Amino acid sequence: MSLDVNIKIIDREGQPHEVAAPTDMGMNLMEVVRSFELVPEGTIGICGGMAMCASCQCYIISDTPLPEMEMDEEAMLAEAFYVKDNSRLGCQIPITPDLEGLEVEMAPEEL
Amino acid sequence: MITTDILIIGAGPTGLFTVFEAGLLKLKCHIIDALPQPGGQLAELYPKKPIYDIPGYPEVLAGELVDNLMDQIKPFEPGFTLGERAENIEKLEDGSFIVTTNEGTKHHAKVVAIAGGLGSFEPRKPPIKNISKFENKGVSYMVKNPESYRNKDVVIAGGGDSALDWSIFLADVASNVTLVHRRNEFRGALESVDKVKELKDAGKIKLITPAEIVDIHGNGHLDSVLIRKNNNPDEDFELHTDHFIPLFGLSPKLGPIADWGLEIEKNAIKVDNTLDYQTNIPGIYAIGDVNTYPGKLKLILCGFHEATLMCQSAYQRIHPDKRYVMKYTTVGGVTGFDGSKKEAPKAVVKAID
Repeated sequence: MSLDVNIKIIDREGQPHEVAAPTDMGMNLMEVVRSFELVPEGTIGICGGMAMCASCQCYIISDTPLPEMEMDEEAMLAEAFYVKDNSRLGCQIPITPDLEGLEVEMAPEEL
Repeated sequence: MITTDILIIGAGPTGLFTVFEAGLLKLKCHIIDALPQPGGQLAELYPKKPIYDIPGYPEVLAGELVDNLMDQIKPFEPGFTLGERAENIEKLEDGSFIVTTNEGTKHHAKVVAIAGGLGSFEPRKPPIKNISKFENKGVSYMVKNPESYRNKDVVIAGGGDSALDWSIFLADVASNVTLVHRRNEFRGALESVDKVKELKDAGKIKLITPAEIVDIHGNGHLDSVLIRKNNNPDEDFELHTDHFIPLFGLSPKLGPIADWGLEIEKNAIKVDNTLDYQTNIPGIYAIGDVNTYPGKLKLILCGFHEATLMCQSAYQRIHPDKRYVMKYTTVGGVTGFDGSKKEAPKAVVKAID
């Protein structure tokens, strides 16, 4: 059985990428985007994944079931910019087999 | 003019530990940091978070690690320029440097060590069209002089501690304070949230939630903001104000260092990792999260290592004619510039009858 899930990530330039993300590495969505270098290094995951910046903000396009938002994430999104109803922080989404078919779009970089 | 051997830019863990390694080599250090307190990210972003990968510490709180480092470097009497951002660098003919801050404080040093982490912490600016045109003309991202808001109309945006605290403070100063936040919930100290509610009920703060500022208007100086309620353009309304203070916290920016002529790659400074973490400008080093090289890891423990090697190189640069061999602290102890001396107790030699 494959340990990867297929995820579609649209980068900040609108370019779609199909990636196979490992479910057995304890990775989250922000780290997947970084590992495939889909956005420039230094512009994502600035706080390291503590839900303390919004540099990994993305919009969830598919109706894939996701883990509930925790307080940290909710509070950060309340202060973030370019937030939409379907905004999430990539660092708070662990890669699990449930994510098969997930489609997300990276939010613009805060300047 | 502040004079020192090594000028360190950034008071995070790497910058602080540099003082210790330099001190063992009898080199004096001075540190500049844009934040008002030492510790960098550890103090500003996550003082209460535990760190598990500091060698010898199974678990240590970020804030505690900063306190320990401050304690460890105390004998070497580092100087600090806090709350100021390193702005300009000038290389003198003798190879030394003058670094000037945004406040105009000048520092003269033989060696510069950039330990700038992710950059200096700057206020996050909301992406409102034209906002930059009104900066210092009604829009400011921090409260520098509260008196300048006396008897003025002020709109504050944000939902964290600084938005709450300044709303409370300015309620007694300004003629009108309006606090706009995207959610009904605020994240801040409970007492601040309660106080804002109290002031709201007393009519001293006007609270508009859930709402955000989507546009700003004025002729030269700010005159009004456009507020969108419930994310619904049909509910947009204009509110007159003299001042608009967006308080959305801080985020790190590489800032002026990016214009110092250093080689930058992936938002970090390229250094020679085969030797001493020197940049393309001899005498300027970059250590810790701010640098990059093949295989770079942004870890505190790597920053400590980089600081140690960098200090050896700085020593040779400052004293080209002196011979030196590294001495273990277990052997040489630690002799501070303050006259203090720590050393291993001498073994007792005594015969057993």
